[in-house]
Amino acid sequence: MALQDKDRIFKNVYGFQDWGLAGARARGAWDNTKALIDKGHDWIITEVRNSGLRGRGGAGFPTGLKWSFMPKNDPRPSYLVINADESEPGSCKDREIMRHDPHLLIEGALLASFAMRAHACYTYVRGEFIREREQLQAAVDEAYAARLIGKDNIHGWDFDFFIHHGAGAYICGEETALLESLEGRKGQPRLKPPFPANTGLYGAPTTVNNVESIAVVGDILRRGATWFSGIGKPNNTGTKLFQISGHVERPCVVEEEMGIPLRELLERHAGGVRGGWDNLLAVIPGGSSMPLLPAAVCQDLALDFDTLSKLKSGMGTAAVIVMDKSTDVIAAIRRIAYFYKHESCGQCTPCREGCGWMWRVLQRMERGEADKREIDLLFDVTKQVEGHTICALGDAAAWPVQGLIRYFRPEMEARIDRYHAAQKQAAE
Amino acid sequence: MAVRRLYPDQPASFSFTAANAAWAQATIAKYPPGKQASAVIPLLWRAQEQHEGWLPEPAMRLVADMLGMAYIRVYEIATFYTMFQLAPVGKKAHVQVCGTTPCMLRGAEALVEVCRKRIHHDPHHLSADGDFSWEEVECLGVCANAPMVQIWKDTYEDLTPALFEKVLDGFASGRPPKPGSQIGRQASCPEGGPTTLKDYAKAGK
Repeated sequence: MALQDKDRIFKNVYGFQDWGLAGARARGAWDNTKALIDKGHDWIITEVRNSGLRGRGGAGFPTGLKWSFMPKNDPRPSYLVINADESEPGSCKDREIMRHDPHLLIEGALLASFAMRAHACYTYVRGEFIREREQLQAAVDEAYAARLIGKDNIHGWDFDFFIHHGAGAYICGEETALLESLEGRKGQPRLKPPFPANTGLYGAPTTVNNVESIAVVGDILRRGATWFSGIGKPNNTGTKLFQISGHVERPCVVEEEMGIPLRELLERHAGGVRGGWDNLLAVIPGGSSMPLLPAAVCQDLALDFDTLSKLKSGMGTAAVIVMDKSTDVIAAIRRIAYFYKHESCGQCTPCREGCGWMWRVLQRMERGEADKREIDLLFDVTKQVEGHTICALGDAAAWPVQGLIRYFRPEMEARIDRYHAAQKQAAE
Repeated sequence: MAVRRLYPDQPASFSFTAANAAWAQATIAKYPPGKQASAVIPLLWRAQEQHEGWLPEPAMRLVADMLGMAYIRVYEIATFYTMFQLAPVGKKAHVQVCGTTPCMLRGAEALVEVCRKRIHHDPHHLSADGDFSWEEVECLGVCANAPMVQIWKDTYEDLTPALFEKVLDGFASGRPPKPGSQIGRQASCPEGGPTTLKDYAKAGK
């Protein structure tokens, strides 16, 4: 059964209504938040844990568990850092939260910070989201003016919400690169351990969460963990903002139940695949770093963390990129390879050199100007990048290329054959 | 990684306007004492905004002095983060075309062609009249409204080459179009109307 409107959290996702405090209150935000805080730090963490919420930024780590790693009696200040550096190609959900439902984020930030005994939260917004940042700042100013946050606020927990921004670097979506950037350096990931919960922002205990993970906290606490965990599937609970792009009739962002079948998602909300379901070539189910899945796998495909990881792909940010049969799939992946080449921070050799290498080889393979044994060589290089870097950008660059070879090797070989046949003909 | 170098022809000096200098002090105060280096990106960004959309080298030194940072630390920030424009950009518009796969699937390459024909064959070069420049950028996070461009602070979405030409006409004549979808969509709502939350699809419910 499809998700009903009453169970949707982001009621103003398209911005038809007032994004400001009055509108947010009318939709249920900031409703007796004090009562939730009065239940205590541990109650909030337990409730979020019981809801089954998994991080919405891509990795899907259980949010409540992450919060429980924060020290309880530490002389250093604790920080919540919200990752609003939304840059994974295909992803465009945090933007909608920040510009249309910003108070859900601010209220969630207060609740999460209280749970982790933090008095300050920094939200790192990607540099390109200038209007979104302005809108979020306006909402923050409203919350300060209404004494919902700030010193001596009506909730009895001093709390500051600061907005920070980047200037165009995908890598700053990686949590430790984000912290480096926030401290005023190049966004180059840190070695772990120590993990941010021990040594994060300014050397203090820090939790980094995605915008959507934080923005759903108010509803989870108000409506109860069992409400959230009753939606979706075991271990893949709750609602999720899906972002549908590429070759569908009507691309959109929509909140749906975790585990919704791909075909139902596309046909119910996006008008289906352009030219009909049979015109589907492949889908990237979770943003550019997730390996594509060919149409044959998509027939009854459910969109949730566990199903997709079993298929050697992933839920990621639930950014569904649809490709119909008109797509040059090698070119599509070549462009993704260029993205990672451009965004590699340059710190680790396998990623810095490997990303450029994979892109250059794919450029030739797009034309067919290659040798078939180079496909194996390319696969081998992806394996030398994957798992050999400080952060997951190397993996993210390797996986889409592996997905291409896994499912479209015959297409790659056919193109090489066509190129060589044409060369031979030209020579004769 | 991208190769990014400082522009050879730099102004002799740079200073913040009084309003921006005050804004800078308030921004530095957002971070704990001793952690003022955190403000480096916001300050450089404000300098770029003040300096016709590109970041000159004297501004980097000024910001370094304000924050107690070594000059090299600020230079490496300016060259690492690709939104810092290191060379002059168009006076009326610097067009950033998103070229990553979700936009590419819906026709971003044709938008790049428009830029090549209309502005300059190569990115990061000024048009003959100095009014326009362009570059292809990586995913701008507006994938459900692809293809799209960003010009200054705003995005122009759901483009075709013809609609894009109209956007550029608007900037050329000094009357930029309304930002957002250029086919009348409400944000990332499906074209033709929402499939969910229909009771909320009007203002003020």
